[in-house]
Amino acid sequence: MRVMAQMAMVMNLDKCIGCHTCSVTCKQAWTNRTGVEYVWFNNVETRPGQGYPRRYEDQETWRGGWTLNRRGRLTLKGGGRFRKLLTIFSNPKLPAIQDYYEPWTYDYETLTNAPLQEHTPVARPKSLLSGKDMAVTWSANWDDNLGGSPDHGDKDVLLKGIADKVKFEFEQTFMFYLPRICEHCLNPSCAASCPSGAIYKRAEDGIVLVDQDRCRGWRMCVSGCPYKKVYFNHRTGKAEKCTFCFPRIEVGIPTVCSETCVGRLRYIGLMLYDADKVLDAASTKDDHDLYEAQRQVFLDPNDPAVIAAAEQAGIPRDWIEAAQRSPVYALINTFKVALPLHPEYRTMPMVWYIPPLSPVVDVVRDTGYDAEDRGNLFAAIEALRIPVDYLAQLFTAGDPAPVDAVLRRLAAMRSYMRDLNMGRDADETIPAAVGMSGEQIYDMYRLLALAKYDERY
Amino acid sequence: MSRLDDPLSDALVGTRRFFTRGEVSADHRTLHQIGGRQADTFYRDRWSHDKVVRSTHGVNCTGSCSWKVYVKDGIITWEAQQTDYPSVGPDRPEYEPRGCPRGAAFSWYTYSPTRVRYPYVRGVLLEMYREAKKRLGDPVAAWADIVSDPEKARRYKSVRGKGGLVRATWDEATELIAAAHVHTIKEFGPDRLAGFSPIPAMSMVSHAAGARFYNLVGGAMLSFYDWYADLPVASPQVFGDQTDVPESGDWWDAGYLIMWGSNLPVTRTPDAHWMAEARYRGQKVIAVAPDYADNVKFADEWLAPAPGTDGALAMAMGHVVLKEFFVDRPVPYFTGYVKRFTDLPFLVGLEEDGEGGYRPGKLLTAADLGREEEHAAFKTVLLDAAGTPVVPNGSLGFRYGDSGVGKWNLDLGDVDPLLSAAGGDEPAVTVVLPRFDTASGAAEPMRRGVPVRRVAGRLVTTVHDLLLAQYGVGRPGLPGDWPTGYDDATQPYTPAWQETITGVPGPAAARIAREFAANAEESKGRSMILMGAGTNHWFHSDTIYRSFLTLTTITGCQGVNGGGWAHYVGQEKVRPITGYSVLGTASDWSRPGRQMIQTAYWYLHTDQYRYDPFSAATLAAGKEGGTFAGRSTADLIAASARMGWMPSFPTFNRNPLDLADEAGAAGRPVAEHIVERLTGGDLRFACEDPDAPENFPRVLTVWRANLLGSSAKGNEYFLRHLLGTDHAVRAEEAPPEARPKDVVWRDEAPTGKLDLLLTLDFRMTSTTIYSDVVLPAATWYEKHDLNTTDMHPFVHSFNPAIAPPWQTRTDWDAFMSIAKTFSALAATHLGTRTDVVAAPLLHDTPDELANPHGRVLDWKAGECAPEPGRTMPKLVTVERDYAAIADKMGALGPLLDTLGATTKGVTFEVGRELEYLRHKNGTVRGGAADGRPSIARDVQACEAILALSGTTNGHLATQGFRTMEKRTGVRLADLSAEHEGKQITFADTQSRPTPVITSPEWSGSESGGRRYSPFVINVERLKPWHTLTGRQSFYLDHDWMAELGEWMPVYRPPLNMHALFGEPRVGEQGELGITVRYLTPHNKWSIHSEYQDNLFMLSLSRGGQNIWMSKEDAAKIGVHDNDWIEAVNRNGVVVARAIVSHRMPEGTVYMHHAQDRLIDVPRTETNGRRGGIHNSLTRLLVKPTHLIGGYAQLSFAFNYLGPTGNQRDEVTVIRRRSQEVQY
Repeated sequence: MRVMAQMAMVMNLDKCIGCHTCSVTCKQAWTNRTGVEYVWFNNVETRPGQGYPRRYEDQETWRGGWTLNRRGRLTLKGGGRFRKLLTIFSNPKLPAIQDYYEPWTYDYETLTNAPLQEHTPVARPKSLLSGKDMAVTWSANWDDNLGGSPDHGDKDVLLKGIADKVKFEFEQTFMFYLPRICEHCLNPSCAASCPSGAIYKRAEDGIVLVDQDRCRGWRMCVSGCPYKKVYFNHRTGKAEKCTFCFPRIEVGIPTVCSETCVGRLRYIGLMLYDADKVLDAASTKDDHDLYEAQRQVFLDPNDPAVIAAAEQAGIPRDWIEAAQRSPVYALINTFKVALPLHPEYRTMPMVWYIPPLSPVVDVVRDTGYDAEDRGNLFAAIEALRIPVDYLAQLFTAGDPAPVDAVLRRLAAMRSYMRDLNMGRDADETIPAAVGMSGEQIYDMYRLLALAKYDERY
Repeated sequence: MSRLDDPLSDALVGTRRFFTRGEVSADHRTLHQIGGRQADTFYRDRWSHDKVVRSTHGVNCTGSCSWKVYVKDGIITWEAQQTDYPSVGPDRPEYEPRGCPRGAAFSWYTYSPTRVRYPYVRGVLLEMYREAKKRLGDPVAAWADIVSDPEKARRYKSVRGKGGLVRATWDEATELIAAAHVHTIKEFGPDRLAGFSPIPAMSMVSHAAGARFYNLVGGAMLSFYDWYADLPVASPQVFGDQTDVPESGDWWDAGYLIMWGSNLPVTRTPDAHWMAEARYRGQKVIAVAPDYADNVKFADEWLAPAPGTDGALAMAMGHVVLKEFFVDRPVPYFTGYVKRFTDLPFLVGLEEDGEGGYRPGKLLTAADLGREEEHAAFKTVLLDAAGTPVVPNGSLGFRYGDSGVGKWNLDLGDVDPLLSAAGGDEPAVTVVLPRFDTASGAAEPMRRGVPVRRVAGRLVTTVHDLLLAQYGVGRPGLPGDWPTGYDDATQPYTPAWQETITGVPGPAAARIAREFAANAEESKGRSMILMGAGTNHWFHSDTIYRSFLTLTTITGCQGVNGGGWAHYVGQEKVRPITGYSVLGTASDWSRPGRQMIQTAYWYLHTDQYRYDPFSAATLAAGKEGGTFAGRSTADLIAASARMGWMPSFPTFNRNPLDLADEAGAAGRPVAEHIVERLTGGDLRFACEDPDAPENFPRVLTVWRANLLGSSAKGNEYFLRHLLGTDHAVRAEEAPPEARPKDVVWRDEAPTGKLDLLLTLDFRMTSTTIYSDVVLPAATWYEKHDLNTTDMHPFVHSFNPAIAPPWQTRTDWDAFMSIAKTFSALAATHLGTRTDVVAAPLLHDTPDELANPHGRVLDWKAGECAPEPGRTMPKLVTVERDYAAIADKMGALGPLLDTLGATTKGVTFEVGRELEYLRHKNGTVRGGAADGRPSIARDVQACEAILALSGTTNGHLATQGFRTMEKRTGVRLADLSAEHEGKQITFADTQSRPTPVITSPEWSGSESGGRRYSPFVINVERLKPWHTLTGRQSFYLDHDWMAELGEWMPVYRPPLNMHALFGEPRVGEQGELGITVRYLTPHNKWSIHSEYQDNLFMLSLSRGGQNIWMSKEDAAKIGVHDNDWIEAVNRNGVVVARAIVSHRMPEGTVYMHHAQDRLIDVPRTETNGRRGGIHNSLTRLLVKPTHLIGGYAQLSFAFNYLGPTGNQRDEVTVIRRRSQEVQY
């Protein structure tokens, strides 16, 4: 056992209101400067949708992340690292600026300075790349709230294979939001892709950073990251990425995106894991088993053996304590409601998500069915507007079972708590049906619903 | 151990171990860096800063979020939310963090190229002014020279909005502004000046700055809540209150929550989490929205009624609740509640309709019983269990006068009121009620029986019985046409009936209604409806809201934590209302001010009234020949003004200063003089001839607002008639037979009525672009101010992170500057004059006793004598020392010493507070304000507001409650006792958001740290509502309500624009495109027009004006996503990009407001000019019942009651245009 500590995040998508405050506060703090105009360390995607950059999840095109080779050994999907060195001067798997968007501004000053003229002055869009007039045809968030779905909806990469379950029709509409930052993976393919060794994981907290002195601008990290969360600064010629706000984390305050999240849906905590197990877990054969394999890499911070090994590894006592009261650990391992994003990329991502509940479809409602009725509680999961299969594409490499289990736990919490809310006796059969105790449900409720500042972080 | 890749790669990577400072893992998989952190200094530097300053955003969103503003090297870098709100308890979520992406992007404005850095004046005007001043030697004479010369006036007015602004100095700009004011006052009268700035709560000192100036000089301040159509007129109608709603933390307490036309994630971004989190407590959540709105994803169920038909759904739900919970199985909690807290048990007289039926009449009063006691006509009557008429405490008649002392309360004693008149000796009768669910929206009769009794010789029934008849809930033995069951689609208001209108399945409507009521029954009132602009911006929204309020009231949810209505549309709570009002209305120096209903103001002054080709009677319920017959809406506005119901400025077709002089010369009281001249006909109300030059508004100042890029419904009519510049109006004027009768029709409609448009702003908007003078304003990160909201119970502050940069000034400073220049010019040109203010009959004063039974008597028609303060406006003289305006601006005046400060009928004595402020702020020495407490600086104004309000000063709260205890006879002062010694100071608000104190200024209670819910004091302490009955009112018996058939909640469909204006029908497709319903909901990427020009918001959205449409409509006209489209109707033209999505319903498009014309708007194909804004396709339509005044809760108060500037009933033709656009 080689204990290491990792800063991790869980986002409760069920609470995300899609407001993009996280994106704006992050951009203001980190990337509102020349060379990274198009860069959003934090972005929020409407799903179904293409994401940012467009279709980044299409690894058949981008070849990001890891895969197992014929011998079952983990290898970069973009080709072994030797190959990376050979193709260092022409990297064909790089998204173009149009895949992100062409950043622009406006000639605002004309509004004040325009001489007397025939028409009302107007500020026209100007490209931030060329300085010329431009027509805006794509943005960082073009398909927000399903905008443009008839023309673009079918380009969502996740629809492959389940297109019959997602209809772009008014009556069947569903959507949810997916905020994304760098995953600060346990097995970062960006780092493995870098010919210069400029990307590293901080030993004490696992934050993945680009060494700005060593980066040579090869951009292999951009290709290697399947989440497309490493960006190229075209001014400095270096790669940049989300830093997990390390200057803040180091002084004990949460990341900008977390603290400014008005949905109060982000949790930050420390996870202890066994570094020796990472490669094995990432090499798990069946994609469906990767979620569970990654969970097995995490160590129980209350286990005396783990504590001893952690102390031996030089992890300070207050860090161990932080791991013990980590909300992220509770959501991932105790309550098992958080799931990794695209485990099939085999990078062992460390930003996890609680999948969203959603309205029940009209078909069921019109029959007089009531999702709140505890007798129908679990059947309701099937009738949610967001197809479980779609969520499974995101979080469990297509396996619906873990997603279904999470949604059942959330539904059980609502049902159990309603009795208490109304002053009725608690019904202990509800938590039992999802393999939890009433106390556990209550603890989970406090963490998800009350979500006090000092319990979120 | 597993291995990576292949041996070659492995070896290569392995060598790296020897060349790096880092540590490559044993499996060669990853690199851990140890040391080498200097490479990351860039990010550490980036994060470092010199200071963090607390401020907030003074924007019209009522978010009231406290922010950290980061400053480095004297430059504002960015902002992030504060998280230090005091806890609301260990078992609840907290208010942290509060904010949204718009606010997070605010600092962009500080140094952006759209920042207004210097004063600007329209070049053509400035040249003429300089020339005239040089020639004439006097600023006032120079201004007069320009505006009195039609050619000169045309020269600068006709180029408004076409560039050509030039820099000026503050001195020159304020001189020109002051000259315009002085000239206008002298030539036309002070009521030809107007100020517009909305929503004091968002920065109350900044609002008060200009409001104080205009109130001191006698200008009119324009209302905003009604103008924005955010005022739910149903609130004064039902509650007798402007709007009082729960803080968002109280959503947590609800067991059942319906979000109805309220898209929380977008419009209540910082509060939405309460809803998301309450679901985990088992709260059931329903979303009612015509599209798959952002909030639908949180709901357990989504009902998607056709736009504007929400009233039908709510009426059907009311039908189900009344049937199942009142008739089939009466629920004790519900009946107990409605007997005590609503007008349901009160008696209503029935009037024969001459055709064998009856119609609802007037509420029975003590006067009808023959009692001759004080205010008998305002004491309503019910039957006790024995069937004996009783006059219970608490009605309006007990609120005023000596006999009501200690009796204005809801204590019924031993009386158990009868809800129904059933069980008497009289046979039931049939009442005829109107239904409006016809294709044209015209009324058809509906005959339904009610049980009756005979009381004091009159045939009466109860409000309860009438309500059951209205809702179509039958009972055995009653005559009339009743639904056969829920599935009877022919009879209002069954679930099946609503399905034919809304498209919502009947069983779903019935089930949601049942669940809502069952939850309320079990939880004793914890069912809540969160209602928003989607249901409140319609012409008939008052009826929609009354049907909602019926649901929350009959289920005993109002006045209960976690229950009742939660209206969140432009609602804004100036928690320290009394102090703010003193400063803003300048009531410390002179009373009353001129406060105008903005909708009527622009309806007349932008000549939109000339384009109404129908009579006001079109909306009536009865047969032809009613009181509206042959009258236009403008006629009704004039009637309302002359009867003293609603304010009207400019008031007379003469300068009020001259009228006062004239009376003085004649040696007569001014009021007497005016009445005589009015009745003689040689003096007229200005609103009876709005197109006469002497009646034009001449000067308009806009600050903290963007009238022409945002709220101006009928934008193109503003451009044409008010400003006199290019416009896109295509409508034709009313044909002769539809023109006003009392209001003068001038053949030529004037253009360019306004002489001066002045705007103070920090960014360029359509209002600044069209302005004659633009003054550079400090931003919200550059000044001191106060901020509060309905949404949370804290007061917190603005503070300057940097000093106002370039030549910007705070609003307080700017208006002080204007006042000083004005006072200097006025000293010679105006001196001291007597003004006469025509003040309407006011709510929460004995004025509301003016019209017993809501009977309309028009002195002009000879129906009564003209009597100021009863049948016409009060005529009050005010002395104005125009040279002393600046002195008065900067100090608290002496009227406070003698008259105190009054809020909602409670007068606070503030001697102690004035003494405190003398020491806290210091006193003024010399001048007109010698010895008075200073408010010369904005910080001092903040202290004054906090000291003079009960919510922030425990002494005043307790004093106010003691005053109220005397009138009500119930215990109240204990509510604020816990904080009696607490005085919140500005420093408190700077250190942390500070919770307010329970105060009689509001109806809820925060005592003991509970969440604010409105009407808790009414329900728990039996303090009456400010209505006729003292109870929540389902029944409104005013003549004009009857004329429109709106005694009770009723379904009225969206206006039929085809029938009214000849627009094509929705769904019609022709050469010019397809006709669709045109809605302008709130925008995800802006707060009204603020932020829509912000580069961050534009980068996250589509980068310019856009219109959302369904894929079905898009397909019909060949539109693809992002295509340029053109929307055209009689009001104007819009060119925008299409956003096509399947989440939009067919037949409806959204152009989210407010998308100004300044960002990427090309010229139109239709007229070759710059495309319009969202409001270029809308226009004003005034609902007559919103003009009622002088009767109980239907009495005017500023922003309390008045016609709404609704805009949702509009339609437009939309088509794909050439994709080659010209700018």
